[in-house]
Amino acid sequence: MKVKYFAWVRERVGKAEETIEPPATVRTVEELIAWLSGQSEAYAYAFEKPKVIRAAIDHAHVRPDAAIAGAREIAFFPPMTGG
Amino acid sequence: MSSPVTTSPVTTSPATTCPVTIRIQQDDFDIAREIAALTRSRTDIGAVVSFSGICRGDEDSAKIAALTLEHYPGMAEEEIRRHADEAVSRWPLNGVTVIHRVGRFMPGQNIVLVLTASQHRQAAFQAAEFLMDYLKTNAPFWKKEESATGTGWVEAHARDDEAAARWTRS
Repeated sequence: MKVKYFAWVRERVGKAEETIEPPATVRTVEELIAWLSGQSEAYAYAFEKPKVIRAAIDHAHVRPDAAIAGAREIAFFPPMTGG
Repeated sequence: MSSPVTTSPVTTSPATTCPVTIRIQQDDFDIAREIAALTRSRTDIGAVVSFSGICRGDEDSAKIAALTLEHYPGMAEEEIRRHADEAVSRWPLNGVTVIHRVGRFMPGQNIVLVLTASQHRQAAFQAAEFLMDYLKTNAPFWKKEESATGTGWVEAHARDDEAAARWTRS
């Protein structure tokens, strides 16, 4: 699946997007955050406060317990500050 | 040289009743021209409310040199459209225009425009406020501030969440 990062999450991860293949045991958004956090210091830093992180699956906001099965694109970003 | 990042003027059905235009672009917008586009050849519109969001020159008494707006292409348009559609379903609207700029802005420059048209003012006022409240908290845009003390991402305000929450229907 494709993963995108925005704002300071992007800066901390060090890339805007990538394709990842998490193990089948990773089923939800929060499990994906935990799995990514274990991949490197950069991810651990980006996701150090997981409750702050917002997520979207295929362009729609989702909660941390949302299933990631079938997702084409998952995005992680800070709370939004547009307008 | 700036050009539109995405342009997605889409019309909701029925086409002649309430056109919804959503654009995310680097270029500035002309409020008078956008209002004229919304009301052209229409005699059913009695009220147009216009909200413009402008880059402020200070934030909590700190001087702001510039603001950079980042967005999530694709989702930003879709999220604004979902809220525009909801506004159209909640109020008797005759037209909606939302333009959000992205890029780097100096104090005094336009950032966002929301236009709502209706037969009467109440629906237009309420829908414009609803759209702005949701835009602030749910549309995937992020602001980065440049000031004398450095550069940093703007933090979301609880007051914006509270403003959006008052529109939630029980």
